[in-house]
Amino acid sequence: MTTSINPSPNREQRPAPSGLALWWRKNGKLILPPFFGTAGFLLFWQLSASLGLTKLAGPLSLFTEERTRELLFYPFFDRGGLDKGLFLHAMSSLSRVALGYSLAAIVGIAVGIAVGLNKTLDRAFDPLFQFLRMVAPLAWVPIALVLFQNNQPAAIFVIFITSIWPILINTAEGVRQIPQDYRNVALVLQMSNRRFFTKVLLPSALPYIFTGLRISIGLAWLAIIAAEIVMPGSPGIGFFIWDAYQNSYVSEIVLGVVWIGAIGLILDRLMTWLQRRISKQ
Amino acid sequence: MTYAPPLASAAQTTAASAPPLLRFDELSMVYSTPRGPYPVLANINLQVNQGEFVCVIGHSGCGKSTLLNMVSGFATPTSGQVLLKGQPITRPGPDRMVVFQGYALLPWLTAYDNVHLAIDSVKPTLSEAEKREIAIEHLEMVGLGAAAEKKITQLSGGMKQRVAIARALAIRPEVLILDEPFGALDAITKEELQEELLKIWNTQKCTVLMITHDIDEALFLADRLVMMTNGPSAGIGEVMTIDFPRPRDREVIMEDPRYYELRNSALDFLYNRFAHDADEG
Repeated sequence: MTTSINPSPNREQRPAPSGLALWWRKNGKLILPPFFGTAGFLLFWQLSASLGLTKLAGPLSLFTEERTRELLFYPFFDRGGLDKGLFLHAMSSLSRVALGYSLAAIVGIAVGIAVGLNKTLDRAFDPLFQFLRMVAPLAWVPIALVLFQNNQPAAIFVIFITSIWPILINTAEGVRQIPQDYRNVALVLQMSNRRFFTKVLLPSALPYIFTGLRISIGLAWLAIIAAEIVMPGSPGIGFFIWDAYQNSYVSEIVLGVVWIGAIGLILDRLMTWLQRRISKQ
Repeated sequence: MTYAPPLASAAQTTAASAPPLLRFDELSMVYSTPRGPYPVLANINLQVNQGEFVCVIGHSGCGKSTLLNMVSGFATPTSGQVLLKGQPITRPGPDRMVVFQGYALLPWLTAYDNVHLAIDSVKPTLSEAEKREIAIEHLEMVGLGAAAEKKITQLSGGMKQRVAIARALAIRPEVLILDEPFGALDAITKEELQEELLKIWNTQKCTVLMITHDIDEALFLADRLVMMTNGPSAGIGEVMTIDFPRPRDREVIMEDPRYYELRNSALDFLYNRFAHDADEG
């Protein structure tokens, strides 16, 4: 009725699809392959779970299992103790990461600068650093527990010791890479050490320091999961996964892994964004 | 052997009666290399008066840069010494400011900040207003008043060299050392900068030591041209006095028949008497 009387809605509709089509033509190539890639993977996984090829629950179980569905849709509940929503578990893990990672950043940048400036110091400690950075996070767990006799500081130590190496090594490299020209300018102008530090050394080494910080945030996140799985008893996403495993809630393990991946991705993107902002200035 | 200063202008005759500002005293430099000691420079004797403009020319590898590095204090002679106002030079200092070959400006700062940092480092007791005034005055002197707030990365090669010159002059050095400052610039920018350098030198009357590869550049700028023999054990082969009246006009001096006499004699020195051996690096 309306269309026959007034054809204008039809005409007005025309720019909208053309706009959408334009947008699709621009972004379709960026959206379709990742969509099909992920969907294909999930389909394969679901099929192999449904056909009984593997005992691992398929992705659909996140919605079909009642316990898991509850955890998926209500991440903020807190029934006290260790019975918390996943968001709160993630926050506990993140706060540990924040502490260990900040310590690693402070110590790593300070030691990196010292090592980068002083050749003797560099020769003295470089073999040790190169050796220690090869030790996996899990291998630090027993050492940390013996050192601190307590789960909390041990977990933070594991994050610290895992994430410090890229920061330290990159900072040292950044300081070593300060062009001789800049050092010569500082020498001719007889700059004070303090001025050289703030006006030449730090800005010159900053891109390297940020590269180290970015690599380390991923490592810190990897380490916390390992540390929490081995040191249960306090809230955290690693503990959540371990607890689910012990109780054979397989789909909850899958949900925990989804959270870990998502948070890791967000942390990495955040650092990339920060790095780009800093280097632009 | 010492070389008498030129007696061309009144300013220089008064300078001649005073003790020389710079004295190279039996200067020798030997580098130790894996294949044994390599004598770069031997028996250099030269006196430079207050306010003189001296160019140094010679084939690459003859130790020109080493010679100036011993004035700036980045290199220490193996034997002999360089005296500034009777005092031996032992380390770099702002009284012998260098315009580096690669500009050596801090790229994360603006043109103004680069100049300001130098003033701030050398004359910390000046008030902020005075520092600002000096920085702007010198940027305007090299024609960069409008570009003062631009980042170094946004500037062309010629503009960068202008900032480097402004920075060097802003701290009022006794000796200005330029290591092939215009080598990387196109012909037009090069001539412009030569003229500006000369104009500024006329007003400031600082002593200039400049390395060049360009005979015409030396003839236009210098009071004296120091021509170096080839290494190893390079020395001063000849010192040519260039006594065209100042202020100089490029077109006028190029019409002077003496210009070609001097030019031919320099060419003869470089390409006949001390032609570069092709095998030498």
